[in-house]
Amino acid sequence: MTFRGAVITFPGSNCDRDLAVGLEKVSGVPTIRVWHGDTDLPEKLDFIGIPGGFSYGDYLRSGAMAAKSPIMQAVIAAAGRGVPVFGVCNGFQVLTEAGLLPGALMRNAGLEFVCRTVPLRVENSQSLFTSGYETGQELRIPVAHHDGNYFADEATLDRLEGEGRVAFRYLDEVNGSQRRIAGILNEAGNVLGMMPHPERAIEDELGSSDGRALFESAIRSLVEA
Amino acid sequence: MKVRIAVSLKPGVLDPQGRAIHHALEGLGFSGVGDVRAGRLIELEVDETVTDAALDEMCKKLLANMVIENYRVERIAQ
Repeated sequence: MTFRGAVITFPGSNCDRDLAVGLEKVSGVPTIRVWHGDTDLPEKLDFIGIPGGFSYGDYLRSGAMAAKSPIMQAVIAAAGRGVPVFGVCNGFQVLTEAGLLPGALMRNAGLEFVCRTVPLRVENSQSLFTSGYETGQELRIPVAHHDGNYFADEATLDRLEGEGRVAFRYLDEVNGSQRRIAGILNEAGNVLGMMPHPERAIEDELGSSDGRALFESAIRSLVEA
Repeated sequence: MKVRIAVSLKPGVLDPQGRAIHHALEGLGFSGVGDVRAGRLIELEVDETVTDAALDEMCKKLLANMVIENYRVERIAQ
């Protein structure tokens, strides 16, 4: 079967090409590009990527405007049907604003834009996005964000931890995130949002290839399904 | 009619920007400021068909993020 992955582009997205190319390198199949103003997604998608960047100039709140754009209604419906949805950085912000993931991403506690490669720990290797890793495995993945400070109330945090929905955690203090959360899954496990950029770490030439297994996991889970 | 919507962080949500402003005020020599919380003010020009319920919905759906923010709606008499 042929893998069908799509990446959404919003006005102000700037990692959409990185994500599309990353997916393409790993899957060997061209990535379908979708514009935010479209109301329908291409049929039979196996993967929807929400890229990093500054959608709508970060107006109002990061990701808030993009979350209300026409295509997101289709993404929400697809996520409800179980289609894997993966949001990176601004994409993570969009997914929380759209209500597909709990919590919110606030201004970094240090107020500065953080742009460096950070160590992460894989907290759950049972998800369709992380099955190619070992639980506890340490990764080096770049971050580049101003609003990555994950916030949720204590009850939500406890539930995320208890249900194994914290996918990745920072090993160092990066942005003030509650419990150093770097990436979380939705209840069904088919939506992942994370601030670090695995699409920027898929080949050794990029400084790290630790992000590659995330895409391999998603593609393999589909082929095995 | 003008409607003024004040969006502020919920109590208990850390406000790094407010803290930085507080530091800056202290740096300028202003004393006696206990705490600073930064928010956002949004003004809407609306006609008489816009109900309080509609304004409430606007806040909940877009203008405020209910996970971290509270809002207050105020109609301003012209």
